Amino acid sequence: MKISSRQVDGVTIVDCSGRITLGEGSVMLRDSVRELLAKGQKKIVLNLADVNYIDSSGIGELVSAFTTAKNQGGELKLLNLTKKVHDLLQITKLYTVFDVKEDEAAAVKAFK
Amino acid sequence: MAEQRVSYTLDSTLETVDSAEEKATNIATELGFGDDEVMQISMAVREGTVNAVLHGNAYDPHKKVTLAFERKSEELVITIRDQGKGLDLSKIPNPLAPENLLKTSGRGIFLMRSFMDVVEIRPSKTGTELKLIKHVHGPSAGGKEASQ
Repeated sequence: MKISSRQVDGVTIVDCSGRITLGEGSVMLRDSVRELLAKGQKKIVLNLADVNYIDSSGIGELVSAFTTAKNQGGELKLLNLTKKVHDLLQITKLYTVFDVKEDEAAAVKAFK
Repeated sequence: MAEQRVSYTLDSTLETVDSAEEKATNIATELGFGDDEVMQISMAVREGTVNAVLHGNAYDPHKKVTLAFERKSEELVITIRDQGKGLDLSKIPNPLAPENLLKTSGRGIFLMRSFMDVVEIRPSKTGTELKLIKHVHGPSAGGKEASQ
């Protein structure tokens, strides 16, 4: 899994690619989100456009990122879900828990 | 692997999880399952193996995971065994319950049940046996996919 982040109008976009699964992928995502929150970057968008696979551990990590951000006064949104990830969030009833966006500009604007 | 059985004895490591998933992908593809079904089977095997390695054997290097694929007349039967203390079925949560929605774990068995036609869990004092069945061309499999 690869993760990089960039700033757009005060919002941190975290571009993720590869697999979010038990082990390295989940740990990288967890560390990345915690690092951003520690630096005071509390408006976070996880861009999952290039995430082609996620397992139950990865789903748990998305939930953890969402609740950790919220508990620290921040907000985390999901952007550009692939069909596989979309379907998994649907069957686990998490799709409506997360704030999911399909357009980056709309995701950024939604924080204001 | 028409009408035959293959089995593997694997270490209790994270590498085993990836390896089991890869084997499932290859076998399901060989058997002619569609792309969505291959993904479902490989993810169910991944989740079952995670449970065996993590919760069953607790990464104990002395304990093994046995993974078997068996092609029967109209179904693929996958068996995953660990050597742990045996899963307590009464402690499996419903991940869709409102109080569990934001839990960070507890979705593995739910996903297996969502993706496979049959999921049987047999715990014992010497380990847990998990059986996953997917019908090769069964109407129930097609129906499930259409409803997702």
